[in-house]
Amino acid sequence: MTLTAPAVTDERIKPAGLVIKLLRRPEVGAAVAALAIFTFFSVATQAFLTPAGVATWLYSASLFGIMAVAVALLMIGGEFDLSAGAMVGTTGLIVGIVTTEWGVNIWLALVIALAIALAIGAANAFVVMKTGLPSFIVTLATFFILQGVNLAVTKIITGTVSIQGMSAVPGFDAVKVFFGSSFNLLGMNVKVSIIWWIAITALATWILLRTRSGNWIFAVGGQITSSRQVGVPVMKVKMGLFMTTAGAGWLVGMLQLFDVSTVQATTGIGQEFIYIICAVVGGCLLTGGYGSAIGAAVGALIYGMTLQGIVFAQWDNNWLKAFLGGMLLLAVLVNLYVRRQAGVRS
Amino acid sequence: MTHAEASAAPPILEVRDIGKTYGSILALQGVSASVGIGEVLCVLGDNGAGKSTFIKILSGAHAHTQGKLLAYGVERTFGSPREALDLGIATVYQDLAVVPLMPVWRNFFLGSELTRGFGPFSQLDVKGMRRITKEELAKMGIDLRDVDQPIGTLSGGERQSVAIARAVYFGAKVVILDEPTSALGVKQAGVVLKYIAQARDRGLGVVFITHNPHHAYPVGDRFLLLKRGTSLGDFKKSEISIEEMTKLMAGGAELDALAHELARA
Repeated sequence: MTLTAPAVTDERIKPAGLVIKLLRRPEVGAAVAALAIFTFFSVATQAFLTPAGVATWLYSASLFGIMAVAVALLMIGGEFDLSAGAMVGTTGLIVGIVTTEWGVNIWLALVIALAIALAIGAANAFVVMKTGLPSFIVTLATFFILQGVNLAVTKIITGTVSIQGMSAVPGFDAVKVFFGSSFNLLGMNVKVSIIWWIAITALATWILLRTRSGNWIFAVGGQITSSRQVGVPVMKVKMGLFMTTAGAGWLVGMLQLFDVSTVQATTGIGQEFIYIICAVVGGCLLTGGYGSAIGAAVGALIYGMTLQGIVFAQWDNNWLKAFLGGMLLLAVLVNLYVRRQAGVRS
Repeated sequence: MTHAEASAAPPILEVRDIGKTYGSILALQGVSASVGIGEVLCVLGDNGAGKSTFIKILSGAHAHTQGKLLAYGVERTFGSPREALDLGIATVYQDLAVVPLMPVWRNFFLGSELTRGFGPFSQLDVKGMRRITKEELAKMGIDLRDVDQPIGTLSGGERQSVAIARAVYFGAKVVILDEPTSALGVKQAGVVLKYIAQARDRGLGVVFITHNPHHAYPVGDRFLLLKRGTSLGDFKKSEISIEEMTKLMAGGAELDALAHELARA
């Protein structure tokens, strides 16, 4: 110890600490990109910044956002879930079939669909944890099973590949208040899914950064053996994450079903990679242990804005996929750069 | 803690004629040693000498099959690391049980986080954990720039020291260090040796496992030398010189023969 008075600031911290600190936040890259895309479409198209336009892309982003946030938590915990997209279809179909075909009470139908979704999520976690197989493969299998079952079972029971007559089911309007309603705000027709999206992002962020469970999610994704050694209940954490993702699938399934009163047997297929892309664009590492829920929500916002922006600009829709691929590559490169800047050695 | 007091109290951890068999394989036999308050016991041995088996017995990972293990003078057989931990016997393994991408303070408290509030509303006491981490590291003589930096950005020696500080904060009376200096350079190894001395001065017992006599000799009070699963003896510092120790470890006669063989004609 020296005799000099204790300095308020530590000379070993670079004065440019604020920039580095900002860069350390996983969601910063995505926020900058979102701002750029927002500005671009606001200038380039007439419809983008109108109340109706804003409501449209916000709604689009909200459905992807809810899933992206759940998938981000799972990815931070070191796992993937490719069955997340098909799950949206599965839960919608379950509610549709048991209410329209078998006359089951609509509230009970919601509970049944949720229970099945959670059970599938738990099964994914169980197989991954007990076998040590990569979740990529295990949930790829689940994805194909769900995709096949969705189509085959719907065809057997209804004779078609979609659910009809949903709005005639008793209690439909009561449930619609929670999942399919909308309200007026500043001239925008705001759908309730946007509220769900914001609430879930806030909740997920709080859990990640301010609770023990959040600490454990980062830990099991970052270094699973160390987590075990210090007594983190690894199995419970992973189980919770897979069930959360499945639960989010159920929520989005309900939001879609009660918004449009119908569901196709192919609903959700092909979306699983978009959720992962949103999470990665939002700063999640593919290797786990790092990422943010807000980032994933911003990633979904980018996707929603681009999806609708391309429509407003009357471009060929196929550009969306090319754009998405470019965004993903850019995000991965930015993540790499940011991690090096933040000085993460291993 | 003075040495007079230290010698009056019973050793925190003592083994008498301890041994371990795995099926028909004798991994360790007839080893006696002890570590008291403010004492450093160095366990030296070449590869395959039985060092890992010895740690596993002390840390509770494997129960011993022969001899006696005494903690605070009471005979025990550990069934799990948890039992050893509850008696204040903590082991810092080579991989340190840290998550590189997580901040230092989150690593410090991982698995034993401080929380405020009740039930579903309980949340991390972030301020408290940051403060305690900084304080505890300062007590170990580690002045960290920023407890928010990922632990992966610390040097090997600093990481080792955080792991020791964590064990101490969570109630360790004896810290078992599994080859803490083996992967480190000369300077970093020196840093870790300093922290071992610091821990000793704070009244902890330290069991320091190493195969390097030059690391062990400056910091150790007692030296247990293992070879091929048996003890070559438990020496006080006054009873043995570093040259004798090196010779014993390598097997004096064998080393002489080797020197003869390698010498130019």
